[in-house]
Amino acid sequence: MKVKTLILRAPGTNCNVETAFALEQAGAGVTTIHVNQLIRGEERLADYRIFVIPGGFTYGDDIAAGKVLANELRLKLGADIQQFIADGGLILGICNGFQVLAKAGILPWLPDGVAPVMTLTNNDSGKFECRWVYLAANEKSPCVFTRGIERMYLPVAHGEGKVVADPKVLPELNAVLYYTDEHGDRLAGYPHNPNGSMGNIAGICDATGRVFALMPHPERHIRGSQHPRWPGEGAKEFGDGFQIFRNAVDWAKKL
Amino acid sequence: MHRIEVSLKSHLPDARGLGLVKDIQDLGITTVSNARVVDIYWLDADLPSNKLELVCNLLADPVTQEYQYSSSSAVSPAKDEANLHTVEVAYNPGVTDPVEETVMKAIQDMGIADVRAVKTARRYLIEGQLSEDELDTVSRRLLVNPIIQHVMKSEQFVFPRNPQYSFRLNHVDILKSDATGLAAIGQQFGFSDDELQSVVGYFRKQGRNPTDAELETLAQTWSEHCVHKTFKGKIRLGNTVIDNLLKSTIIKATAELNKPWCLSVFMDNAGVIDFDGRWALCFKVETHNHPSAVEPYGGAATGIGGVVRDPLGTGLGAKPIANTDVFCFAPPDFPYEKLPKGVLHPRRIFKGVRAGVADYGNRLGIPTLNGAILFDERYVANPLVYCGTLGLIPVELSQRGQQKPGDLVVVAGGRTGRDGIHGVTFASEQLTGESTATSYTSVQIGNPIVEKKLIDVLLQARDRRLYRRITDCGGGGLSSAVGEMAEDTGVRVDLDKVPLKYAGLSYSEIWVSESQERMVLAVSPDCIDELLKLFASENVEAAVIGEFTDDRRLKLFYQGNPVCDLDMKFLHHGIPQVDREAVWTAPKYAEPDFAPPTDLGEPLLEILGAWNVCSKEWVIRQYDHEVQGGSVLKPLVGKTNDGPGDATIIRPVLDSTRGAIIANGINCRYGDIDPYWMAASAIDEALRQVVAVGGSLDRVALLDNFCWGNTSRPEILGALVKAAQACYDMAVAYGTPFISGKDSLNNEFEADGKIISIPHTLLISAIAVMEDTSRAVSMDFKQAGDLIYIVGATYAELGGSEYLRTRDLVGNSVPRVNPKQARALMDGLSRATQKGLVRACHDCSEGGIGVAAAEMAFAGGLGATIQLKAVPLGGPIARDDFILFSESNSRFLVEVAPDKQKEFEQIMKGTSFAAIGQVTATDKLEVVGRKGGKLVNRSLDELKEAWQRPLRW
Repeated sequence: MKVKTLILRAPGTNCNVETAFALEQAGAGVTTIHVNQLIRGEERLADYRIFVIPGGFTYGDDIAAGKVLANELRLKLGADIQQFIADGGLILGICNGFQVLAKAGILPWLPDGVAPVMTLTNNDSGKFECRWVYLAANEKSPCVFTRGIERMYLPVAHGEGKVVADPKVLPELNAVLYYTDEHGDRLAGYPHNPNGSMGNIAGICDATGRVFALMPHPERHIRGSQHPRWPGEGAKEFGDGFQIFRNAVDWAKKL
Repeated sequence: MHRIEVSLKSHLPDARGLGLVKDIQDLGITTVSNARVVDIYWLDADLPSNKLELVCNLLADPVTQEYQYSSSSAVSPAKDEANLHTVEVAYNPGVTDPVEETVMKAIQDMGIADVRAVKTARRYLIEGQLSEDELDTVSRRLLVNPIIQHVMKSEQFVFPRNPQYSFRLNHVDILKSDATGLAAIGQQFGFSDDELQSVVGYFRKQGRNPTDAELETLAQTWSEHCVHKTFKGKIRLGNTVIDNLLKSTIIKATAELNKPWCLSVFMDNAGVIDFDGRWALCFKVETHNHPSAVEPYGGAATGIGGVVRDPLGTGLGAKPIANTDVFCFAPPDFPYEKLPKGVLHPRRIFKGVRAGVADYGNRLGIPTLNGAILFDERYVANPLVYCGTLGLIPVELSQRGQQKPGDLVVVAGGRTGRDGIHGVTFASEQLTGESTATSYTSVQIGNPIVEKKLIDVLLQARDRRLYRRITDCGGGGLSSAVGEMAEDTGVRVDLDKVPLKYAGLSYSEIWVSESQERMVLAVSPDCIDELLKLFASENVEAAVIGEFTDDRRLKLFYQGNPVCDLDMKFLHHGIPQVDREAVWTAPKYAEPDFAPPTDLGEPLLEILGAWNVCSKEWVIRQYDHEVQGGSVLKPLVGKTNDGPGDATIIRPVLDSTRGAIIANGINCRYGDIDPYWMAASAIDEALRQVVAVGGSLDRVALLDNFCWGNTSRPEILGALVKAAQACYDMAVAYGTPFISGKDSLNNEFEADGKIISIPHTLLISAIAVMEDTSRAVSMDFKQAGDLIYIVGATYAELGGSEYLRTRDLVGNSVPRVNPKQARALMDGLSRATQKGLVRACHDCSEGGIGVAAAEMAFAGGLGATIQLKAVPLGGPIARDDFILFSESNSRFLVEVAPDKQKEFEQIMKGTSFAAIGQVTATDKLEVVGRKGGKLVNRSLDELKEAWQRPLRW
């Protein structure tokens, strides 16, 4: 029995196909569901074990990246999502998915009426940029998606990926991934930290480790020949991002 | 009415504002120290403060932004203090801003139903000493484009109300018009004299006057943009008469080659080739030149939006999987004082076009994989914006569908507004200084999310076989889409059933509107309910607007009143064939007579830093080239992912190792000498790129895109004929058929009685199928000690070269192509890469061996030595600088490991090739002259810096 995985689609979602492919390669049984189907009650989040919000420009990223889908999820599916987390489900937000989860107050979770403490905003460079970045994983993180991962090389492609938070709450964000240079130096600066994120944070999770979001795209590096330098360095069978999907499926299998 | 202002908290840096400061500095105004951008939202509503607070919290990010609101319709007065200047910019009435729709949706999601409308504006706060003139310059050159925007002064803000439309049928009196009257009608609708004759004859026979809608329909259908009358016309060149240039050159090559893998050529919205027996690739490149000249952002965005709908409207609908973009601009350092009146500065056009293409393409989730940017002063008033899209479609759905009488006409996607009215006739006409003032209705802002939603739902409808035929609504709007679709059947359309953005459009405006993001479907009545339900489930609008008939007539109605009734045969075949004169005389330029420099490092640095050669990383990085997960070889390659790759490779079917290679060739400078060899060179360049990355000529299809000056001038038409003839000769010789193409003629500009015509510009795009992508090769040097080969002979071909350009010379010895020899060496090289003998490969193009070697070296972070005496020459060359910078076609630099030397040489035997140097573990590129002595001895850092500096914006 394959792990039932829901990939959310909304107007402007555009990484759902390759994200589904990555999860299927990792052994998941994937269904791609339009947000309207969830809202109309034709599909239920509770029937799935993994819930993925993939990359894209939902609702054009008008107002701010991910804001309008965040608003919709919070207001129309907030209770279902809270229950899904309580029941032990896994949530993964990639790029726009991260922006949505953060702005919906799902990651970090915010009770109603509590003002958010972090957001994702315009890159310091002032532009959308597509480039490859080195990442180091926080070995103390409870994140179930990054178990066994120390370093990764993944592409980013975003214009609003800068983590901004009150410096006081920065340590409470449960950073999972940091931008580094090729030697692992976290303080290497732009373009290694491609957006100017505070604390060089590229991804965060919740206290359970089961809700995880990141700006880089693991689904774009699941085979070795997606690596930008494979023609010179040789192609490994799997790309660095694949382990994230395998970890998710392995964990969810045990549920 | 409410006004909400959202701004960044004051302690945070404003990236948008800092970008503006930089742009202001680029204008030569250095007194601005800071700028901040405030987003303004006007709500047409009367909300209690608790609801208004909710809306504010939606619009402002609580962590980074703050807001303030007021319930007044007055614009906040500009706080012009000594050092603080305010400019507030809003969209003109009738311009559809996609943000407004999204904000409405989000407000409704919050359960607030009583907001009637939303408008957005932007307030710029500029700090620093600025005179009134300087502020005006900043606002005109950077902040406002009068085509779509205006500066709000202290007037009251009002939500524009659209006038209501009440039906009145308009006839155009041609039966009683005299010659002057007829001429005026011809001018109004853009008919030539012959065309007008044909129209008048048709209606005289009918014994009635035409309606305005009928004349509009004929004008659109017969426009150059839609019917390509020059290419299909009669051309007299010397003693020969060419009847239909397209059929006698480009299409003829395809017919003669008769490749079984060509599935659909020149008949649908894109050309289609077989990919792997199960899937097919369709490819189309379009131009969107004139709209981009007057509103670069919107023009380019709708350019990419439009070409994406071509594969989507091919066969029964292909999924768009890759975009390509090629731009031609005047140099970014073009002096402001030399700008013709009414023309935007090339830097602004460049930035706007780039942003438009990126914003639209990125939002659609289509990787932008390939492109080129050319600079020439003659593009100052007519920039060229080529946008291309590759699609993937199941083979069994790759043929154009066919409706049956009784099938319903469905328009789906965006609503119809006054956008782009007369865009097609605009595209086919000459631009003038007044164009920017008069052509505002021809330009619009695209809405990529509407198009994305449409793509998502159409592909589901396709897989459920819910429609019988599909086409895109592009130039000419419904008039062209429905008119062409119904040619073999007939159709009746109720124009009042077309969903509108706003009231006030006349029947004829609805019919010719070029609003974006629309597709037209033919749907069997059995499927209509399911189709409409599917579209509604994802909030995509679709409406039945009529039905296909069997009377071969185009019948239009508005509120039941007939407004158009045309015979399909006349509509599609009544246009008289044009008959034009062409001449060709070879121009003569001064030959270079300067002494060869002793240090060729200097000119090498200069060429690397030339606008046409320098790194385009600034542009490429702002396109998403990884989305869809198919990437194999990226546009930027090498040790630090910033070298200039030759072509890109993707795996369109994620679980297959088979690949698609996308490449292009373009060089307008050669056309100044000889358009025949320019076209041949462009084809050779595109094919070189395919071979350089590890592909082969086995399955390569080409697209042609001609952008030309005014072809009613015989010498310009003569150049077109020569270029088309080269397309035929080369396609046949290389075995690479054309599958689709497009032309944009009349790219000339008149200012102060002076005509600026663009250089003859032919873009050749290539799509190739690669059996095994694990054989891909990148262009960066990989290993010190490896041998560097040159494949292909070098001739003294400096005509139109970048080297001569550094001396402001053109020359006459344009690079030629010997396709027989070239094909043999390309085939050899393909076999070598198949066997894994090639470690790196780069084609020689602008800047010749010198630039290719430098690029391979700094991309790989490895040095190289090159011996010019080893370079095989096709004929005598007196000067070393000519060998180093010759731009002879069909040449490659190839890196081969010493243990593969024998095998490589064995395979290449019989072609012109030689080992000319070695990859070194140094940080230097050294070129040794034929008499010994280092002609180039430069560090990689210096070379790379020269190449990266110009466009590091």
